[in-house]
Amino acid sequence: MNKHLLSITQLSREDVTRILDTAESFREVGSRVIKKVPALRGRTVVNLFYENSTRTRISFELAAKRLSADVINFSTSGSSVSKGESLKDTALTLEAMGADAIVIRHSSSGAPYTLSKWVEASVLNAGDGTHEHPTQALLDLFTIREHFPAFDGLNVAIAGDVRHSRVARSLTLALTKMGGNVTLVGPPTLIPPEAVGWGAAISHELDDVLPKLDVCYMLRVQRERQRLQFFPSVREYSRLYGLSRPRVDALPDHAIVMHPGPMNRGVEIASDVADLPRAVITDQVTNGIAVRMSLLYLILGGEGARAEAGAGVEAGHA
Amino acid sequence: MSDGGATYLLDAGEVRRSVTRIAHERNKGAAAVVLIGIAARGDDLARRLAAEIERIEGPPAVPVGTLDITFYRDDIGLRAEAPEVHETQIPFDISGRAVVLVDDVLFTGRTIRAALDALVDFGRPQSIQLAVLVDRGHRELPIRPDYVGKNVPTRRDEDVAVLLVETDGEDGVVVREREGKPA
Repeated sequence: MNKHLLSITQLSREDVTRILDTAESFREVGSRVIKKVPALRGRTVVNLFYENSTRTRISFELAAKRLSADVINFSTSGSSVSKGESLKDTALTLEAMGADAIVIRHSSSGAPYTLSKWVEASVLNAGDGTHEHPTQALLDLFTIREHFPAFDGLNVAIAGDVRHSRVARSLTLALTKMGGNVTLVGPPTLIPPEAVGWGAAISHELDDVLPKLDVCYMLRVQRERQRLQFFPSVREYSRLYGLSRPRVDALPDHAIVMHPGPMNRGVEIASDVADLPRAVITDQVTNGIAVRMSLLYLILGGEGARAEAGAGVEAGHA
Repeated sequence: MSDGGATYLLDAGEVRRSVTRIAHERNKGAAAVVLIGIAARGDDLARRLAAEIERIEGPPAVPVGTLDITFYRDDIGLRAEAPEVHETQIPFDISGRAVVLVDDVLFTGRTIRAALDALVDFGRPQSIQLAVLVDRGHRELPIRPDYVGKNVPTRRDEDVAVLLVETDGEDGVVVREREGKPA
């Protein structure tokens, strides 16, 4: 396992399979009365969140706690960051206090990569700008694997605000790596030009792709990132690209509906659709804990995380 | 599996007779017994032992669970890679039951220590006993087996491997020089 988790691109097919297989065992731990194992006793995990994200932070926090690691939550509001401390100084401070892993969410693409050059601790990317969100992609793969025997040949549409979605990029890279066929669906303004290089097909008509799908993955309309107008109105967007009940009925019977959350009910997904049995959105949340436990265990469970001097470590220190 | 440097300690017949003998020796009359095999191979042995007990004593079937002790190891972080994880499956309540832990080889005792820690997270058994196919000595912890297939004197730097049809295509116990991999 690599020392850091910065991007899906650093993982091989075998890495992904190992992460998902290990997560199976952690899902079993999550079903026990005592949902805690001593695997990472004595390790310290810092959640360093420069953007608000309740669900991802809580998921990482629960994952670390169920592994018996100590967890420190560091959010930037009301902290030294609001006094003007730089990312580098904040990270070095946390490390001086003995952090073994830093889970970072940052509004700048590439911040986790930069951070990994500065610190000895392992860095896990919990979302960086519009770049990547690798743990979300892995938990999505895990959830898909619960319903389908293999990724090879699986038809997946990722629909909506692809431009602002780090989930779309990570999931597309992960699925194509594993042999799936991905179609990115959205209005031309919300499909970034570089998406052609991700190995996915591109469509602007959701209705055209629905009948052949195994997985319909709806993205959240990121209204907080919409400084510019990418579509005329929410109502029009919802009519053209929202997953309504008639659109769900156009899916094959076996197809599942996914969403990374938090949902805008009535915008990208109709409220009654989100509550259908084939919508596995809460399973994604549950599986997120198991997958993050798997990652923390695989990254911190070897000696590579502690014994150092850059021995064969990818993305090593300068 | 049986390369040039390997010596058979037990052949297939001896493995089978050891399981049968442990099934006969098992302390009867206590609380309802359940078998928990430690992955990997302890679980296969536990299933064989359960079948043997059922053959001798008749129904009801003896419940069998699989326990992976990886998350309870005391050497996490000391190895180059995080240890490989197996499946845990204990589909019944162990509280108040007489648990027999089943493993293939008893060596330092650290695996059993981890298994005891793991088991108490699942409930409070009335008792826990230990059955092993091979006891090779060199204990590092105060742990002793209740049922032993065969005591085998070994050197610490040797590897003892139990082979089972279920995982290895044949039954037997072999000893060989260590190939640089810690036990």
